[in-house]
Amino acid sequence: MSVAPQSGPAPAQAPAEVLMEMRDITLRFGGVVAIRGISFDIRAGEIRAIIGPNGAGKSSMLNVINGFYHPQEGEVWFRGQRRKPMKPHQIAHQGIARTFQNIALFKGMSTLDNIMTGRFTRMRAPWWQQAVWAGPAEREEVANRAFVEHIIDFLEIQAIRKTPVGRLPYGLQKRVELGRALAAEPKLLLLDEPMAGMNVEEKEDMSRFILDVNDEFGTTIALIEHDMGVVMDISDRVVVMDYGAKIGDGTPDEVRSNPQVIDAYLGVAHD
Amino acid sequence: MGDADPAARLDTFPRLLARNVADFGARPAYREKEFGIWQSWTWAEAGTEIRAFARGLIGLGLAVGDHVAIVGTNRPHLYWAMASAQAAGAIPVPVYQDSVADEIAYVLDHCDARFAVVEDQEQVDKLLEIQDRLPRLERIIYLDPRGLRRYDHARLHRYAAVADAGRDDAHAAELTARSAALGGADTCVMLYTSGTTGRPKGVVLSHDNIILTARAAAEVDALRPTDSILAYLPMAWVGDFIFSMGQAYWVGFCVCCPESEATMQQDLREIGPSYFFAPPRFFEGLLTSVTIRMEDAAPVKQALYRRAMALAGRVGGALLDGAPVGLRDRLRYRLGEALVFAPLKNALGLSRVRVAYTAGEAIGPELFGFYRAIGINLKQLYGQTEASVFITQQADGDVRVDTVGPPTPGVELRIAESGEVFYRSPGVFVEYYKNPDSTAATKDAEGWVATGDAGFLEDGTGHLRIIDRAKDVGKLASGALFAPKYVENKLKFYPNILEAVVFGADRRMCCAFVNIDLNAVGNWAERNNIAYASYQELAAHPRVYAMIQEHVEAVNADLAQDETLSGCQVHRFLILHKELDPDDGELTRTRKVRRRIIEQKYADLIDALYDGSGTIATETEVTYEDGRKGSIRATLEIRDAKVGASGTRMAAE
Repeated sequence: MSVAPQSGPAPAQAPAEVLMEMRDITLRFGGVVAIRGISFDIRAGEIRAIIGPNGAGKSSMLNVINGFYHPQEGEVWFRGQRRKPMKPHQIAHQGIARTFQNIALFKGMSTLDNIMTGRFTRMRAPWWQQAVWAGPAEREEVANRAFVEHIIDFLEIQAIRKTPVGRLPYGLQKRVELGRALAAEPKLLLLDEPMAGMNVEEKEDMSRFILDVNDEFGTTIALIEHDMGVVMDISDRVVVMDYGAKIGDGTPDEVRSNPQVIDAYLGVAHD
Repeated sequence: MGDADPAARLDTFPRLLARNVADFGARPAYREKEFGIWQSWTWAEAGTEIRAFARGLIGLGLAVGDHVAIVGTNRPHLYWAMASAQAAGAIPVPVYQDSVADEIAYVLDHCDARFAVVEDQEQVDKLLEIQDRLPRLERIIYLDPRGLRRYDHARLHRYAAVADAGRDDAHAAELTARSAALGGADTCVMLYTSGTTGRPKGVVLSHDNIILTARAAAEVDALRPTDSILAYLPMAWVGDFIFSMGQAYWVGFCVCCPESEATMQQDLREIGPSYFFAPPRFFEGLLTSVTIRMEDAAPVKQALYRRAMALAGRVGGALLDGAPVGLRDRLRYRLGEALVFAPLKNALGLSRVRVAYTAGEAIGPELFGFYRAIGINLKQLYGQTEASVFITQQADGDVRVDTVGPPTPGVELRIAESGEVFYRSPGVFVEYYKNPDSTAATKDAEGWVATGDAGFLEDGTGHLRIIDRAKDVGKLASGALFAPKYVENKLKFYPNILEAVVFGADRRMCCAFVNIDLNAVGNWAERNNIAYASYQELAAHPRVYAMIQEHVEAVNADLAQDETLSGCQVHRFLILHKELDPDDGELTRTRKVRRRIIEQKYADLIDALYDGSGTIATETEVTYEDGRKGSIRATLEIRDAKVGASGTRMAAE
């Protein structure tokens, strides 16, 4: 094909600005060391994957990235500033949105309302105006709704706009969760196993949406994923973790040929 | 129309558009739900957009007589693209948007398309995949830019950019000249018929074909500019072209496009169209969902529904036809309307329907009766791509379930000795593109066209009755008449049966494949605590088999009454482990059974039906939506069905 679409990794350009940097992070829970001395960076506009076997510390790493856990040792630098311990509402306002491994949506609320909650941090009008839908609050609501409708259109979930999410199949709930994260217009989007439990078709759809989000909105994405095929296809760079330590870091090709990674994660060849 | 220019006859689409802009400029022409809100465009706005895009196309080098492929779901912009192509002297060729790349490649190559206007990335990807086989394809214009930013834009253009480029006056004179040069005999559109056999054929239809047919049919139903329709059927299908382009332009009514395929039902409710077309399959699905929901309703509601429907079944159809009905029943029907029918029609989105048509397949009498009983003016028509749709249609007050109605004004009918129906009309197609042999085989020198269907005109009423596809009607080995479609339709009238294929030509008995309807059977399974993990598992369930057997035997009992068709009783059947699918070539894009292909593909199953075996292990190739292939393996049970006594005796197995 002469005019092949250039999906997948972006062409090598001048190294993009570093959005987030982890320096020598160590995280302990009592005597258990979940993460030991890990350093890596996330560049603006890239899709960065974190992979590793079960219990390698991936989800803990994600929680460190979004500020939910504060590491005992090491520094987290986000948008050029060293991050201090934060309160939950500060975490919500810093511009990092995430989805969860075990979907955390409001089951009784509609798709639309769930995604609207993602706009919450963007609402400025005082609560008493919001309660009566008056003045600036109404205009704000309309603007937010318009934004959410674009996300619904983008994720092709118009048909379930008014459906309570508890009634939706798993794959669609994952998509709604992505929609809610996008509604916050994050600088950095964290996806915790976005394809877990999906069939091939759903995985393909989700991969397409992740690439499109990255491409259309320029959102930086960090994701944890078990499906190696998916990770290698859509990521720009991959961090490999094992027993809390980093054993590999680089482009999918580099990681794939790293002997340590092959031994630890992909398994030693059986035959 | 009172235009000063005597040349302004309404014989081409650009002239109709100019008339609509002048006469109905402020009326809505198109609506589309986007971002959760119905957006609308007036005829004046549509005219502006169409002219802008047409100039943009000329700017990109579109020449007179070029073919412009249109690939996508029903969107106002794609309808405008068709009108723009026409205005610029080119010919729109809408293509089924769910076609796999291979099918699209054939069509685009066959019509030498230089331009393609497509909906989104999915379609762009398909075209890029096959571009090596399409050396003449120069420009791809896409509507939705999502995901396409990083693509090489040497030959890709964004729809909005092309239209914007056409907003200045650069090619205005050229466009005006090209539109003015068009006449009624020029090609209006080329539509590829899916064809139950062989490669698709490009049916060339002129402006006269479309406009005269649209006009005649619109006059039968007195369509008005205030009417509205929901455009949800494939744009490549001739019906959508005649309703959403032909009649919409002639009458000036509003075309509404749903938000997405999946929201169609919801959008139907919101729009409440007054003119509506759907295949029998759609009405069947709707009734199935009503029935399922009524079964879940509270006992009081169920009782009310049953009583109201019993009354409606008795007098509803007569009221619709304006036949005499007693005062007592009239009043009771009014009450039923207030309590049951009106809310039901509202829930279905059919409250405002003034004229509804169904066609394409035979419709079950109960199904047809249900809609007429609740006051929906559902009628039948009979048509083909080659006729610009309308051959026969039922007028108000002259509606019957067993016929397809009298000829549409302007259409002549003739029944050949073989029983095949021939017609001649202003809508008769010009030719099959680049295929004089097929043209000559279908249309004779005097303009008579063979429909390929066997039927007869009823004495007295002039209604046409269709029996079956002429080439499918055959004989059993015993010499008895074999009409597979007739039997299949009888089977399909059961909501649990989605599709049936009956075999028997030149064989000693009839046997059948059955496809279950996953919705109906799945719901039944849930109700009866039958667990299943997949379509295949449900289809093979013994109780499902028992249920289908009951249906088959009921049909047999019915057929046994009919002397000529009693030989068509189904002796043995099996339930297929997969749904017949257009992607696998088993159905056409309009979901008609492709008998020959099924016979080849499932030869092992057919052999098993006739050699008396009780089970058969098989492996079937399936094509996924993205064109990849896989296979499924299954062991299918074959059952014997009871057959009625009359006719040739050979049951008792």
